[in-house]
Amino acid sequence: MPNIIVLVKRVPDTNARIVVSGERVDLSAVKWVISPYDEFAIEAALQHKEAAGGTVTALTLGPSDADKVLKDAKAIGVDEIVRVWNDSWSELDSNAIQSALAQAIAGLGAEMVYCGKTAADTGAGSTGPGVAERLGWASVSNITEASFDGGTIVTAPVEGGSARVSVSGNAVISCDKGNMKVRKPNVKGIMMAKRAQVSVVSADAPASTVTIVSQTPPPAKPAGKKFEGSSSAEEVARLLRDEANVI
Amino acid sequence: MSESVIIAEVNKGSVAAVTAELVSAALALGTTPTVVVPCTDASVADGAGYEGSSKTIAVKGDCFTNYDAASWAAAIDAAAPSGIIIAAASPQSKDVAARVAARRGISIVQDVVAINGNNLTSPIYSGKAMQTVALSGDSAISVRANVFPAAASSAANVSVVDQSGDVATAVQEIIARASTRLDVSEANIIISGGRGMGSPDNFSHLEKIADTLGAAVGASRAAVDTWDEIPHSMQVGQTGKTVNPNLYIAVGISGAIQHLAGMRSSKYIVAVNKDADAPIFAHADYGIVATWEETLPVLESAFSSMMA
Repeated sequence: MPNIIVLVKRVPDTNARIVVSGERVDLSAVKWVISPYDEFAIEAALQHKEAAGGTVTALTLGPSDADKVLKDAKAIGVDEIVRVWNDSWSELDSNAIQSALAQAIAGLGAEMVYCGKTAADTGAGSTGPGVAERLGWASVSNITEASFDGGTIVTAPVEGGSARVSVSGNAVISCDKGNMKVRKPNVKGIMMAKRAQVSVVSADAPASTVTIVSQTPPPAKPAGKKFEGSSSAEEVARLLRDEANVI
Repeated sequence: MSESVIIAEVNKGSVAAVTAELVSAALALGTTPTVVVPCTDASVADGAGYEGSSKTIAVKGDCFTNYDAASWAAAIDAAAPSGIIIAAASPQSKDVAARVAARRGISIVQDVVAINGNNLTSPIYSGKAMQTVALSGDSAISVRANVFPAAASSAANVSVVDQSGDVATAVQEIIARASTRLDVSEANIIISGGRGMGSPDNFSHLEKIADTLGAAVGASRAAVDTWDEIPHSMQVGQTGKTVNPNLYIAVGISGAIQHLAGMRSSKYIVAVNKDADAPIFAHADYGIVATWEETLPVLESAFSSMMA
């Protein structure tokens, strides 16, 4: 019966306004949530367990602030919640984060990992494939469907359409929204989550070689041209050809 | 000059135009790139010669028949020299670059939109802020399309390396997209509709213009959530696809922050909306305050005569 891990990340609510002050984003006033795509990963992990048995452990990396998203995952239905952290860490680059997560996953004896296709803060999408590589596992990214009848089969986009891919060994699967409907926590789940204990594990991370220089607001776009009435569409089409050169 | 490795973007059996932009990104980093072309037939690499790049390596292997991240990364890693790794910021290339970086124990910076010496800038929080990082040592990066100029072509100096990897996943079947139209993630021009289109049937008016321009049809989250006929695969925005086309035409889309996050970095944005105060107009290069019913036929006939 598979030992399944789902990676979850604490991010600002995607509706939050992002304020920049002193060349750093100021997140002191935002509401924090589970990164939206991670909710699809939780759903896929729970469906996998329902079909094949085993356990689902939600894993995050971060200081104790991150416990809340683990408890949110517990309320939705995961069995165990684990946080990896080392007090010597501050800003970690992708190499450091993936190394630490891979150590934690190996330490937990997992055979299958689900994660969101990207996190709502960086939007990078590096963690799933990067962790898979470090574990020597297969990976399939950006899946839109999963089925677990007689083995794990996932649907992922490919050029010109999508592919149904079967995954036989250990793998990291990153999840897009697709056709998955996520379940919401029920009262019993919320009560259980309140009492749940977060296991904290440590790991080593290599020194970061990518360091943040600045965070800035997006560049302001110069004011565009605004026209009234549908007849201006002809002029806009001409400008797209002659001024913008995009037609 | 230090060395870099470009993982060529291959679409429909040929090297995609964005690869020439990656050469300019490599030069901006002060590196001389080797272009690595993953393929099953080495002749694909003949089109991958660029001014400023030193050589082209065709990595020829059976594993490149279908996309499998593990074997692709293993084969590319084995065939490519050391140095900064540069890939296009397409979903597949971001994925394979992340694995190659992890294989080499180096970091990766995705979705780069500016290079200034060793400083790289990428959007964070879906474009609500920009982050600049400094690299020390080798890293992998992915570069957004339509940011850097395309390097000029030159004759490719191709060496072929036979190198495959152990395929870790098995493709059961490929399901071709029902429509022959481009996907928003592949298109240079996108025309998108929002809830202002009134009904999913009215998207046929967008399709007509898309056919004229060779464009893809996209949709806002509001449209996808409201109408079952509009699939999530068309959704542009924070919980859909992030796009970076040359031209983005937003029709009946108010411009929620969710949507802007997915398309604000488009080179040119046209907005058609009957509400003059719609937030989308603040981001549009060309705004048309009018109903789509009146505007789309005018646009369609103007584009048709241009394309004729």
